[in-house]
Amino acid sequence: MPDATGLELIAQDLRAADSDAVLGTSFFREEATVEVAPAFLRTAAELLVEKGYAFMASCHGVDYYPEEPRLGVHYQLLDMPNVDRICLKTRVTVEQPNVPSLCDLWPGANHPEREVFDMFGVVFDGHPDLRRILMPEDYEGHPQRRDFPIGGEPVLFTYNEDKVPGWTR
Amino acid sequence: MSTGISDYRKQEESVTLSSQPAGEGLEQELMTINMGPHHPSTHGVLRLIVTLEGETVRDIKPVIGYVHTGIEKTAEDKPYWKAIPVVERMDYLSYYFNAMAFCGAVEKLLEVEVPARAQYLRVIHLELNRIMSHLVWLGTSCIDLGAISVWWYCFREREAVLDLFEMSSGQRMHTRYFQVGGVIEDIPRGWVERVRRFTKTMRTRADQYAALLDKNEIVLQRLRHTGIVDEATLLGLGVTGPLLRAAGNPWDLRKAAPYSSYDHFDFKIPVGTIGDNYDRYRVRHAEIYESCDIIDQALDGLPEGPFITTDRKVALPPRHELATSMEALIHHFKLVTEGFRVPPGEVYNPIESPRGELGCYVRSDGSSRPARVHMRDPSFVNLQATAPATRNSYIADLVATLAMLDPVLGGVDR
Repeated sequence: MPDATGLELIAQDLRAADSDAVLGTSFFREEATVEVAPAFLRTAAELLVEKGYAFMASCHGVDYYPEEPRLGVHYQLLDMPNVDRICLKTRVTVEQPNVPSLCDLWPGANHPEREVFDMFGVVFDGHPDLRRILMPEDYEGHPQRRDFPIGGEPVLFTYNEDKVPGWTR
Repeated sequence: MSTGISDYRKQEESVTLSSQPAGEGLEQELMTINMGPHHPSTHGVLRLIVTLEGETVRDIKPVIGYVHTGIEKTAEDKPYWKAIPVVERMDYLSYYFNAMAFCGAVEKLLEVEVPARAQYLRVIHLELNRIMSHLVWLGTSCIDLGAISVWWYCFREREAVLDLFEMSSGQRMHTRYFQVGGVIEDIPRGWVERVRRFTKTMRTRADQYAALLDKNEIVLQRLRHTGIVDEATLLGLGVTGPLLRAAGNPWDLRKAAPYSSYDHFDFKIPVGTIGDNYDRYRVRHAEIYESCDIIDQALDGLPEGPFITTDRKVALPPRHELATSMEALIHHFKLVTEGFRVPPGEVYNPIESPRGELGCYVRSDGSSRPARVHMRDPSFVNLQATAPATRNSYIADLVATLAMLDPVLGGVDR
């Protein structure tokens, strides 16, 4: 991990490219996170790649409900030679869930971004193949959102077999 | 009615085709076939949409989600300690690793110190699990190559590992042995000797597998120079673990960023040269020996002391205290009913699973239930290497390559 000072230096370089790009930095439990505006995500990612964080280890989606903006996308970047990690984070609203896709920087972002789209409804602009990946294609809603209820299918028993639709008829 | 290639491309624009003539001046008609999800060689419920030109694979699209059970969503509804069993069931061949990634992330948030003995016990179980996972991979892969006998041998040794798990935790699979702050119980008497006997046997058995497979004509013909993916492509795809090491990159989190006392042990990282299927086989096979070495060293240096943190706000008090201490009773009640609360924040805890970087992202909102649990499962990411590894190879090699990629669909779909 870059230390707290190193993180500020990286944030400084990002600010030099665009003064209101960096929305915040956090250094929590030895983990460096830099939060950028969605429009600046691609430039920030390219800058971090230049700095050596060239391996995209992971991409997470988060729902910060009830905080706004609700949806978060995290890219865990890794500098293999220096064994150094940084988290690039951006947040978007549910109404305007558009984030530039980083699939052309890392082809491996393809499946993880599709998963975030599937689970949270974040739309990755420029993604080559943005479809649902884990849920069925005709599924409605984005199940990992915090306000999505944990429902259940009714279990078929003898006593309710005529009430559960579509099972016995 | 014949469908020309150009019409076909209009239909399936998401399929990328590198069209090459199949014969002399001929372009064969492309055919899309469906493989799986119940095809036995897909190692679980993986469905592949394969575009073939004759017998040559031109493109491949994995379709996943058949065993998606919403484990991450379920974990959000449970207190942290009750989320461990559901998280364990993601990648069903490396349950200790899933528990380790999750518990490690929660420990990071809580800033709990894990006692040295617990760290060593974790390492021993993790490495036993790694051997077990590699044995299942080797056995099932050899079935795909047409060699059933190896499967029997591998599952014989796997049984021995599962017996050890049963002895230490009472369960053969999904043991829930790792807890936040340590492990649930100390190892029983006689366990250490049995593990030693196992590692000794395992080395001999691994020698026997090598004698059976390393220079086997069929294995060489099926595996050598098939499924080659170079290091740069793998890095771009985010592939880690034995697949990346087979291509010559010695990236291993146990060495690069040691966790749970891995820096106390002396072990080597096997690497391959060109990244073909044979290298993948040799790397995993060599890892079995290294895991045995780590286990032996951990048993030699196993420290005395507590096996779980003494922080009563996190770990259950010992049973005997409940009869005498009111405070212990209160702690027990609070932990079992509400669970412990975790300071707000978000952490990412990566570890080296048998298939690569297994990272657990946990976000806490300050309550006793995680606000988000996400597993960066290596199988899910590594699956993207299927297309570059199999494009323009024969469909028979596709089966071998898929076996050597070793995806576990429980981990892919979660």
